[in-house]
Amino acid sequence: MNNNLLRTFHPSTAKRNRTWLRLLSLGLGLACWQVTSVFSGMEVFILPPPLAVWSRLVVAVQDGSLFRDIGVTLSEVVLGLIVGVTFATVLGYSVAKSRALEQVLSPYLVASQAIPIVAIAPLLVLWFGYGMFSKVLICALIVFFPVLINTIVGIRAVPQAFYDLMDSLRATRRQILLKVEIPAALPIFLGGLRIGATLSVIGAVVGELVGSKYGLGNLINRARVGYDMPMVYVAVFMLIFLALGLYGIVARVEKKLLRWQEQK
Amino acid sequence: MTTEPILTVKKLSVVFPDSNGGLHALDDISFEASPRDFICFLGPSGSGKTTLLRILASLLKPTAGEIGFLHNQKPQIGMVFQQSNLMPWRSVMDNIKLPLELDGVDEVNARGKTQEMIDLVGLNGFEDSWPRDLSGGMAQRVAIARALIHDPDLLLLDEPFASLDAMTRERMWMELSRIWHARQKTVIMVTHSINESLFLADRVLVLTQRPGQIKLDLKVDLPRPRNDDIRYTPHFGKLARKLREAIE
Ligand SMILES: Nc1ncnc2c1ncn2[C@@H]1O[C@H](COP(=O)(O)OP(=O)(O)OP(=O)(O)O)[C@@H](O)[C@H]1O
Ligand SMILES: [Mg+2]
Repeated sequence: MNNNLLRTFHPSTAKRNRTWLRLLSLGLGLACWQVTSVFSGMEVFILPPPLAVWSRLVVAVQDGSLFRDIGVTLSEVVLGLIVGVTFATVLGYSVAKSRALEQVLSPYLVASQAIPIVAIAPLLVLWFGYGMFSKVLICALIVFFPVLINTIVGIRAVPQAFYDLMDSLRATRRQILLKVEIPAALPIFLGGLRIGATLSVIGAVVGELVGSKYGLGNLINRARVGYDMPMVYVAVFMLIFLALGLYGIVARVEKKLLRWQEQK
Repeated sequence: MTTEPILTVKKLSVVFPDSNGGLHALDDISFEASPRDFICFLGPSGSGKTTLLRILASLLKPTAGEIGFLHNQKPQIGMVFQQSNLMPWRSVMDNIKLPLELDGVDEVNARGKTQEMIDLVGLNGFEDSWPRDLSGGMAQRVAIARALIHDPDLLLLDEPFASLDAMTRERMWMELSRIWHARQKTVIMVTHSINESLFLADRVLVLTQRPGQIKLDLKVDLPRPRNDDIRYTPHFGKLARKLREAIE
């Protein structure tokens, strides 16, 4: 009996139990969905059952059309992230280091945060066209702010004591950047990146919904116009997986880079 | 034998700006340190000891007065801060190795030297530990090792042994004496302990309450090497009494 108790509380057993619980919850949710859509008398067109969505997914995968749209959206999201993060990091570091620069830029930075990207997305698409460029731009803009803020906060939070230590050892600016500022600011910076990665997906979809040739947002529009509701759901789920995947990658990088932090 | 001082401090004053006319931390501090001198600063809390070390390390500019170095050349400094000040993202090994990295020592060499230093401060087996997993005393030993690793000319120690247990502290005294003797360093150390200062120093300077002024400059003419027994000699007692009286 004692043995049993111990086994129950073994961490790996607990973990396995949690996984089971999650799968169970997911299964129940799908079952509810299936039952509701079949028995509620709602049109398949409004709420297609999960099995219909699944078969639509299988078809879309088989004829390959889905991959083009996923590829386009993923490229926009990733390129936008790269551009946005690059600018945000460079500018964030400069602002963190210079009060004067902060004074000069802060009105614009605050204003830029206040602009709802969703509202200016149509303008950006109008200016920069239906292609990927306008979407990359929207993604970059939406990613920019959280990463900028977290870079500033992260760099400002570097304890003075580390600068003292480095100065007493006559470290160069470059050494201070590489050996103190980057590692010290990393936890907060990665927090910003995690938010940015998810936002980037939203940015791409918004841009594509407004006007585009390809992409998952475009697919949603196409499917909707063609009354292909299961396909709309397929696209939505692909977007969820995309966002989760990106989030997961950042979380994994975080876990690897921040091993030194206290486990909670 | 007269040697040129490695460090000359003249009429040093520090006033920190604050709302009511400034906080006077140090006042008219003058002293010299010869190469190989071991100088201890004793003084009440807030008398400006840490401030003085920060000035010597060029981390802070004095309000008045000047500091001269031998040949006008700032010496290599090894500093132990009052808080151990370890980088949480670096392992014990990498924390100690930092000064060598900054000096551009190649990795293999640096690791070898660091391992020796780890043996010296008794941290074998903790090379790969994170600072968060160390006790206060262990962290302080890492900080001491880090201050010694690049063989600096001038060691600035801010109460380095305060968080160690009595046994480890006395072992560290012996080690520090040995290193100081073997490596010909100038040491300036801040402490609250009369015993510690008499055990280690050639000279003990006592600071007054704020603003810190030098109240007593005591030459410690106890024979070296010093060991435990020295504490029970009459001369040690006499010096200790002088210091105690100066501190009040
Ligand atoms: N950067 C600073 N700005 C303003 N005041 C300061 C600063 N650094 C130190 N002080 C003040 O100067 C005085 C001396 O401080 P210091 O840290 O040098 O004392 P200390 O002798 O090291 O004390 P302790 O033994 O407690 O470590 C204190 O009153 C402190 O508040
Ligand atoms: Mg102090």
